[in-house]
Amino acid sequence: MILDKIDTKNMFLYYSGKMALNNISIQIPEKKVTAFIGPSGCGKSTFLRSLNRMNDLIDGVKIEGKVMIDSINIYDKNIDVVNLRKKVGMVFQKSNPFAKSIYENIAYGPKINGINNKHQLDEIVETALKNAAIWDEVKDRLGDSALGLSGGQQQRLCIARTLAVNPEIVLMDEPASALDPLSTAKIEELIVQLKELYTIVIVTHNMQQAARISDNTAFFYLGELIEYDKTRKIFTNPDKKQTEDYITGRFG
Amino acid sequence: MINSFKKNIKGIVIEGITLVSALLIIAIVIIMLLVIFIGGKDTLSWEFLTSFPTEGMTKGGIFPALYGTALLVIIMSIAAVPFGTITAIYLTEYAKENSIIAKTIRFAVRTLAVIPSIIYGLFGLGFFIKFVGAHIDGAFFGGELRWGQPNLLWASLTMSLLTLPVVIVSVEESLKTVPQDLRAASLALGATKWQTIRKVVLPGSISGIMTGTILAVSRGAGEVAPILFTGAAYYLATLPGLSDQFMVLGYHIYVLTTQSANVDQTLPIQFGTTCVLLLLTFVLNMTAVILRYRIRKKKNR
Amino acid sequence: MTKKNKVKTSQTRGEDIQPSVHIDITRKRFRIGDFLAEKIIKGVAFLSITIIVLIFFFVFREAFPIFNTSKEIIKPATEQAKADTQETYGAVTDGDSKVKPNEINGAVSDTSAKKDVQETYGDVTDKQENPEQNGVQKANSSAITAKSTSTYTVSAGSGTDDNQSALKTMLSKEWVPVSEKPRYGILALIIGTFKITLISLLFAAPLAILAALYTAEFANKRMKEIIKPTIELLAGFPSVVIGFFALMVLATFLQNVFHYSTRLNSFVGGIAMGIAAIPIIFTITEDALTAVPRSFNEASLALGASKWQTAFFVILPAATPGIFAAILLGIGRVFGETMIALMATGNAALMDLNPFESVRTLAATIGAEMAEVVFGDTHYNVLFLIGSLLFVFTFVLNAIAEFYVKGKLMKRIQGK
Repeated sequence: MILDKIDTKNMFLYYSGKMALNNISIQIPEKKVTAFIGPSGCGKSTFLRSLNRMNDLIDGVKIEGKVMIDSINIYDKNIDVVNLRKKVGMVFQKSNPFAKSIYENIAYGPKINGINNKHQLDEIVETALKNAAIWDEVKDRLGDSALGLSGGQQQRLCIARTLAVNPEIVLMDEPASALDPLSTAKIEELIVQLKELYTIVIVTHNMQQAARISDNTAFFYLGELIEYDKTRKIFTNPDKKQTEDYITGRFG
Repeated sequence: MINSFKKNIKGIVIEGITLVSALLIIAIVIIMLLVIFIGGKDTLSWEFLTSFPTEGMTKGGIFPALYGTALLVIIMSIAAVPFGTITAIYLTEYAKENSIIAKTIRFAVRTLAVIPSIIYGLFGLGFFIKFVGAHIDGAFFGGELRWGQPNLLWASLTMSLLTLPVVIVSVEESLKTVPQDLRAASLALGATKWQTIRKVVLPGSISGIMTGTILAVSRGAGEVAPILFTGAAYYLATLPGLSDQFMVLGYHIYVLTTQSANVDQTLPIQFGTTCVLLLLTFVLNMTAVILRYRIRKKKNR
Repeated sequence: MTKKNKVKTSQTRGEDIQPSVHIDITRKRFRIGDFLAEKIIKGVAFLSITIIVLIFFFVFREAFPIFNTSKEIIKPATEQAKADTQETYGAVTDGDSKVKPNEINGAVSDTSAKKDVQETYGDVTDKQENPEQNGVQKANSSAITAKSTSTYTVSAGSGTDDNQSALKTMLSKEWVPVSEKPRYGILALIIGTFKITLISLLFAAPLAILAALYTAEFANKRMKEIIKPTIELLAGFPSVVIGFFALMVLATFLQNVFHYSTRLNSFVGGIAMGIAAIPIIFTITEDALTAVPRSFNEASLALGASKWQTAFFVILPAATPGIFAAILLGIGRVFGETMIALMATGNAALMDLNPFESVRTLAATIGAEMAEVVFGDTHYNVLFLIGSLLFVFTFVLNAIAEFYVKGKLMKRIQGK
């Protein structure tokens, strides 16, 4: 059976009093790739960021309703946000490696979790880099600065860095939007592999990408969740007219 | 046709006036540099820097003044840099941009930056010497006069208050150049705020902290008013400790030019000392300017 | 910092190993490191505010006894003040002994052993050329001050009498603090300070503002890269160096040009202080000019105005509040400048509006006399009172520059 890893109920998000997300209820299954699509400004990224409470960093954001992860409302008073983010990792639109070596970038997460054993760290770094399909490219220069990598490599490094913390859910905010087609293909391939291990939620403005890699697709428009279904259904036979317009490109 | 020509002439004249103003300022700076360097270059020698004044300060070197200046800026930095850095961290990392607290602190910092340096001297006298020092004496030395008088420690601490805003402003500027993305990345990996600051933000702004320190040192090395009556001494035969008064370059210049019996006789030493002080601040400031230029470039990238 | 987390990241993980490790998120963990860091950082951040409050408090505290004309004497005079002779303190070196009470009362201090204090006040007399110029001040310095030995007891109030008479003399024209009948005519100092401030601003403000206008509007990139570091360099000049330059070079030069008799005077001092104020005025003006939106510029140019017309009639007016702030802060800088005033103004407290006469400023008075006074006596309190005046003045100037001007600037640039 498919477990609902993430389950939001009547969730509203206000940005400085203005409604940015309107009554979002969605169930995201475990170990699947779920894609959020929609025109820019539709709230898909905002919604994604509220799944690991990255919106907390922005002043004036208020959230109502429930966001359940493993049946726990992550907006409860007692929630430990730091641990939540270990459980729900995030890859950002723009690759953002630290100005440290490749090795140190990956080891950063484990180290802040208190792992200092060199042998153990080596292992984690190798596994993470392998899982992110970048090991072969960097294994001989782990000590080099991560800033020397190409854009696509940097992004995979960032994915590896996220995996090294061992999250259960990986949120990806348009991870390939700034990359060339070749790098994009690599990332997509990687995402499909990763869903064996992780629940993946990806925001993309690229509909082909959503169609290629996701199991389920949610269409957002103007802060509302218009339609959410199996990807194939969304792309072949959407229920809503707005969805169809967007998919077919008849949309402003 | 004629009209536009007139207009042009007027434009050229007006632009010319502004240009002349700018050039005049540059000229003033160059003249000051030249006069002091030329006046001091014959006096400058290794011996001048490393020997004690002799013959009632009409001969000899300025070693004690250099030594005192070095101690002053070191102790001052030890006090000012951590506190300044932490304040900057608060302003960029913890405080909400428009909160009343942040605004008040920023106002306080800017006020500290414009308070006349002589007021710091008064404060050092009233607070460090007559309040803190006197109470230490009362509590630990049975009222014997030890810390309740001008000395190196109180002068340095007074100076650190003066240079605090310099550090805060520099560090804050460089903290702001650390991209928000990196903070987000660190937090998204489950790092706490403090871990993020310690491991990502601060390493990214080392050059800013250095710039702040250098500027503070340069400022502290040159200021005289705050230490006029919190610790600077006219002449000392020995090198000072924390609880002693001390000689310092700026004050040395002041006393030599205005207080000594024979101003003409000490002229070479006056120029030499001024030259040393100017070189010192010149080099420090240039380093800071270059460092800051690089930070700004990084920000704009 | 954080305690070891029980995340099993440690286990070797291959492609086949399930990553699902349970992390407890339902209880807020108390992280002592973060907690302490935040508390400490917050605490330290308040330091700047604390310092300002402390400066207010302590500078006023030392000035306060001057207003204390009632009969409250804090301590009976049982302690003998120790006569401690200082040889390195201050400027007087010719072996005159100074008496300093070790009493630390905020109020009138106990000076039972106070004896005659002979002072040569550390003024800058122009030793090379015309020592006779500093009439009043010369009189000061040679004056032998016979301070009557006064023992304060709970009811006796000779100190408070001193204060009362000091208060009365405050508005007189003479500043003769060391005399049998000390007169603390602050007015002379205030007028002197304003005089010199005016001179330095007349010199520095147009120069700095025009140069800033050039830098912001006309200069090419290369010129900018010369001007700006030069200004930063000038800002880094210690004031004692500028004072030295004024004393040694500028004074002689200006005297040769203008042929006035007193070599060190408010004109020389004003120019020197102006040099010190140029970087402040320049920097803030330039910031204000560059803050004017480029759209103003383009709009004006599009209407057919030339570059200089735009600069003068569009950009400059739009930046007026900023320039006003620059001038205010320039005033603050000159007003509180001590070393240049000590070295280049002649330091005679004359009530004279002639710019070529010597002058004594408030800050220089503190700088010159504080090292010589007996801690706790009326003269000492008066010097702190002057300090309080300076502090309040610069504080208010800064507050005006900060709140009023900024508010206006924002309004103007954003169009009401």
